[in-house]
Amino acid sequence: MDEPLKRTALYDEHRSLGAKMVPFAGWEMPIQYGSILEEHERVRNACGAFDLSHMGEFWFRGAGARAWVSRLTTNDVGRLDVGRAQYNLMCLPSGGIVDDVIVYRTGEDEYLVVVNAANVEKDRAHVTRGLPPDVRFEDASLTTALVAVQGPRASVVVMAVTNLPVREESIEGLPPFGVRRARVADVDAVIARTGYTGEDGFEIFVEWERAPQVWTRVLAAGASNGIAPIGLGARDTLRLECRYMLYGNDIDETTNPIEAGLGWVVKLDKGEFNGREPVASMKERGPSRRLVGLVVDGGVPRHGYEVTKDGDVVGRVTSGTFGPTVRKNIALAYVPVTLAAIGTPLCVRIRGKDVPASVVKTPFYKRAA
Amino acid sequence: MVPEGLLYSKEHEWVKVDGDVATVGITDFAQEQLGDVVFVELPSKGEQVRQFASLGVVESVKAASDVYSPVSGEVVERNVDVMEKPELVNQSPYQKGWMLKVKLADRGELRDLLSPGDYRAHIGETTGAAGAD
Repeated sequence: MDEPLKRTALYDEHRSLGAKMVPFAGWEMPIQYGSILEEHERVRNACGAFDLSHMGEFWFRGAGARAWVSRLTTNDVGRLDVGRAQYNLMCLPSGGIVDDVIVYRTGEDEYLVVVNAANVEKDRAHVTRGLPPDVRFEDASLTTALVAVQGPRASVVVMAVTNLPVREESIEGLPPFGVRRARVADVDAVIARTGYTGEDGFEIFVEWERAPQVWTRVLAAGASNGIAPIGLGARDTLRLECRYMLYGNDIDETTNPIEAGLGWVVKLDKGEFNGREPVASMKERGPSRRLVGLVVDGGVPRHGYEVTKDGDVVGRVTSGTFGPTVRKNIALAYVPVTLAAIGTPLCVRIRGKDVPASVVKTPFYKRAA
Repeated sequence: MVPEGLLYSKEHEWVKVDGDVATVGITDFAQEQLGDVVFVELPSKGEQVRQFASLGVVESVKAASDVYSPVSGEVVERNVDVMEKPELVNQSPYQKGWMLKVKLADRGELRDLLSPGDYRAHIGETTGAAGAD
């Protein structure tokens, strides 16, 4: 608890940009540089740069890497080609979710797994328990910086600082969910076309000490494209509008992927993996509760608020916010399947008052194709 | 920004007294601390508010915060504009972002409020720049 907060290599940059710094998962991180609403809209309409160096980076290398990563995760790592990435889950034998991750296949026998900052220690123990001798594991979390560039103008900005042929709307160079080694701002990088905002975007992994060079060059190259630094506040509103999960809020070790609506990330036919049995079983008989989207009419729903039906508590909000793009108060909540149909009228208890809400389709926001 | 001619509470509300009616809002310092205001909940006309008790809530993207009434009395008007456009609290905290007009129950309560100078000292403002956290 009393451990000092860690700082990323970009700490001084954030301070000089006027960021408000807050503790997050053991790190001192920028929550906003100015207005969260403006930062959110900038990513939707132009582009933004994020310091995500707090995220964890695990490498798995060797002849057994593929089998081991596949064993640890629910999605089909076996079908992941070199140069491709996928959203994935790690589950406990109980089917509860240890973490949600992105798996990048960066080489024939090389996988990069990016984990949530709050889970690095726990995940490291989880993925190294029983590590086979033909897999070399490296936790590079504290030596790898991560800069994300997200938004409709992101490809133009990234093109200006990399030698990689990144094209808009092109599957050449770097397609969505593609990953490559490249030079970015004259620094050796792993660059992926992934993100957490619902917009086109890139995540650039570099050596810790080189982060300021990449950050500065990206901001300079993006100046004419309306780039600005974006804090974790807007990152949260951006992801929630897209129904992207926040580990610890929407999913955790007590939630099964099926009830979270993550059945699409679970490939039961891929062979044995941690949590397969309970996940298959829930898929078979159907969950008793489901994570649904709510729009609330009169007040901002927040994590932990009760969801009610005719005065009875029927669930809890896992994430909630005012959605800056959708201009509505939105939430995710677990409710009984009998109350999960689109259009079901429910309430969210805000300051003791049951405020009308209804179950809506998610994502709340989807970018135009 | 702490305008002259108003009274202030330690909880960062301002009062403008005009006869026996007080107009109430939150200060520039308060809106700055809150960030983007996205929801404002206010009592209806005819309701009673009590000095230093909660009169309503302002919600920013990140948090909900109580607004405390700097005076006691009956609500004679609430600012419907600010409920429809909460961003007025950020854009114009002392003008368009006002919240309530309250018919003063006890003018003596005004003695418990701060002068502009005292409020500036309270928020650590020395040369006109707000002393952010």
